[in-house]
Amino acid sequence: MATMTYVGIEVSTDAEGFFADPSKWTEAMAPQIAAAEGIAELTDRHWQVIRFMRDEYERKGDAPNVRALSKTTGIPIKELYQLFPKGPAKLAAKIAGVPKPHGCI
Amino acid sequence: MSDARIEKISIIISKGSLESVYPGLIMANGAREEGMEANLFFTFFGLDAIHKARNEHIKLATVGNPGLHLATMLGGLPGMSSVMTHLLDQKMARLDIPSIPEFVEMIADSDAGLFACKASVDLFGLDRDDFIPQVNGIITVGEFYGLAAGGQIIFT
Repeated sequence: MATMTYVGIEVSTDAEGFFADPSKWTEAMAPQIAAAEGIAELTDRHWQVIRFMRDEYERKGDAPNVRALSKTTGIPIKELYQLFPKGPAKLAAKIAGVPKPHGCI
Repeated sequence: MSDARIEKISIIISKGSLESVYPGLIMANGAREEGMEANLFFTFFGLDAIHKARNEHIKLATVGNPGLHLATMLGGLPGMSSVMTHLLDQKMARLDIPSIPEFVEMIADSDAGLFACKASVDLFGLDRDDFIPQVNGIITVGEFYGLAAGGQIIFT
């Protein structure tokens, strides 16, 4: 466990920086988490993915991996990697304040 | 041993059976999903995975595969490999695991490098046009080691 401070609020995360309690996340925290991962600006396209990760996690209890993310949102895999170069599903989940996706593929 | 994060991985796929190709593809895709750099090097019968006429027809080995728990004599019956491959394909489709051609394309879209081994390409009398367009090049062993520098190598 670790503690991070986003927009002045302390939150617990796991060793990799994923939120321990997704309910502590607010949209205002996202740009700061993204910046720490090398994404300087969150575009509307980034937000589409972040909100989708959040919704899927809330609906199913697990955020999708890259393949399911691409198939369901219609955003091509190539573009997902351009938006989130260090792993789209993993990074988008981290920025969305939800646990790391569990799928293998 | 250091427990530093793995940042780069090079995976060699040397066999052309379904159970040999998938693990390498899954590991390469997983590496990219984790944000690692990944290169795939296809050699010998592993080349079938990027061969445009053959990568749709990669079959499970039903002979010499004790893990399948199928008597060797049955495994050798004509059509057995196709039947078993079909059964496994159906199972994988239910789990939404992509077919080999789709999986390779997906890995290419994730910006992993796909390379064919020059010695094997020469040995089998193949050329660039035999391979899917996503292949980045036909390279020598020396060039492969150059690409793999600074990372981990997995041989399958």
